[in-house]
Amino acid sequence: MEERRVNVTVNGEPKVADVEPRMLLAHFLREVLGLTGTHIGCDTTNCGACTVNFDGKPIKSCTMFAVQADGHEVETVEGISRASELHAVQEGFKEEHGLQCGFCTSGMMMTAKALLEENPNPTEEDVRWALSGNLCRCTGYQNIVKSVLWAAEKMRSEAAVRR
Amino acid sequence: MYPSRFRYEAPRSLSEALDLLKLYGEDAKILAGGQSLTPMIKLRFTSFEVLIDINNIPGLDYHRADSDGTLHFGALCRHSDLEHSELLHRQQPTMAAAAPLIADPIVRNRGTLVGSLCHADPQGDWASVMLALNGEIIAASAEGERVIPVSELVVGPFQNALRQGEIAVEARVPAPKGTVSGDYLKLERRVGDFATVGVAVALESSGSTVSRAGIALTGVGPQNIKATAAEQALVGNSLNSGTIDQAARLAAEAAQPKTDHRGSAEYKRHVVQTFVSRALANRQPARAA
Ligand SMILES: Cc1cc2nc3c(=O)[nH]c(=O)nc-3n(C[C@H](O)[C@H](O)[C@H](O)COP(=O)(O)OP(=O)(O)OC[C@H]3O[C@@H](n4cnc5c(N)ncnc54)[C@H](O)[C@@H]3O)c2cc1C
Ligand code: FES
Ligand code: FES
Repeated sequence: MEERRVNVTVNGEPKVADVEPRMLLAHFLREVLGLTGTHIGCDTTNCGACTVNFDGKPIKSCTMFAVQADGHEVETVEGISRASELHAVQEGFKEEHGLQCGFCTSGMMMTAKALLEENPNPTEEDVRWALSGNLCRCTGYQNIVKSVLWAAEKMRSEAAVRR
Repeated sequence: MYPSRFRYEAPRSLSEALDLLKLYGEDAKILAGGQSLTPMIKLRFTSFEVLIDINNIPGLDYHRADSDGTLHFGALCRHSDLEHSELLHRQQPTMAAAAPLIADPIVRNRGTLVGSLCHADPQGDWASVMLALNGEIIAASAEGERVIPVSELVVGPFQNALRQGEIAVEARVPAPKGTVSGDYLKLERRVGDFATVGVAVALESSGSTVSRAGIALTGVGPQNIKATAAEQALVGNSLNSGTIDQAARLAAEAAQPKTDHRGSAEYKRHVVQTFVSRALANRQPARAA
């Protein structure tokens, strides 16, 4: 069984591991690194529960091999809060009841975070469009959209204070 | 682990990739965006011994226009690059309309135009767009390069005309001779679903006369269909309700839809007709040549 060495930065920390080429990035994160916040909800690249940010862009980690992350940066839901302080997106999901069972939530938040980094002032339509690859079987999406808009506003007001 | 075992190669240059392809021959498989191949590997619908990942080859992520309007798309130009492309919004309305309708936003961050053409999925949207635009693929091998029209690239469902040892390095859209307009309309059950029906329309005109017409259909046959008779009905004429109706009727006749979970054959044929007339009537102009 041939293994390959992978050097990957996960949530800002360099990680090195030897893995079989057929190992999916989602399994690498969950089973090798123990980062079980990234979920696996389907076998067909449809649900988006496994979304992580790869060099800042949302990708489905169930549809990339871990070896492909060699030399790249991966951010998972475990990496978005600062010490004990929640990320604005996490706070938004709490404030606006953006989750029920929580299975889709980490993927939703990774997509939302990437959206807000690119577009700090999204319309409701922008948010719905950006999240359209993340499926939720509980909420009906209304509160998820509200959560992201809540986070956008919080991030904008924080940026204004800093200025 | 879902996939069966394979060896992984990540060449850093095109020539290294071509050497590897030559070395491994029919045992090798190329990985681009992985948004069609990796799901198939996971389900073990495909098997091979060596995966050649082309994502680390620098200089393939471009898309650009020559001064005559010829468009070039490198093998690592992703759907999302095209969705946000100023160039396409200015010059190529059919492609600009199609890009945001491919898959979902997360898949678009990885999947590529060229990979999609190579994949030859009869449900794929880009092949219709490229048929309507008379697009081509540039195939490179250790022996050199050759040009394959997209109409010849797709030889059957999931079968392309690439030879062993070849990589598709670029997709190309020939320079337009007239004023460009076009659209891509897609009926999908939800975001991320493949087309129930897709219609690509690409026109060139001089004054009010249509000088070139491209019409192609997605999801209504064993592969993407170029509606040649409908195209011919427009060339040399101006667009009015008579010519539009005729082209829409001929396109619906060219469709070979099958009844499935996305709708009945009759319904799909009807949507083709509606979409062709709608796309012709409301088509978007290119803003600059
Ligand atoms: C949930 C989901 C929804 C989707 N919906 C749509 C949709 O609505 N419309 C649509 O058109 N597509 C859709 N797709 C498919 C998507 O567009 C893929 O990105 C595309 O079909 C393949 O491109 P890729 O770069 O990902 O290729 P890969 O998956 O990497 O490769 C596909 C095939 O092409 C070959 N190949 C790739 N690049 C080259 C090359 N440069 N030279 C030679 N061979 C090559 C590979 O060996 C493989 O056989 C969807 C995919 C998913 C997962
Ligand atoms: S687990 Fe469903 S898309 Fe990745
Ligand atoms: S909260 Fe249950 S799937 Fe979204």
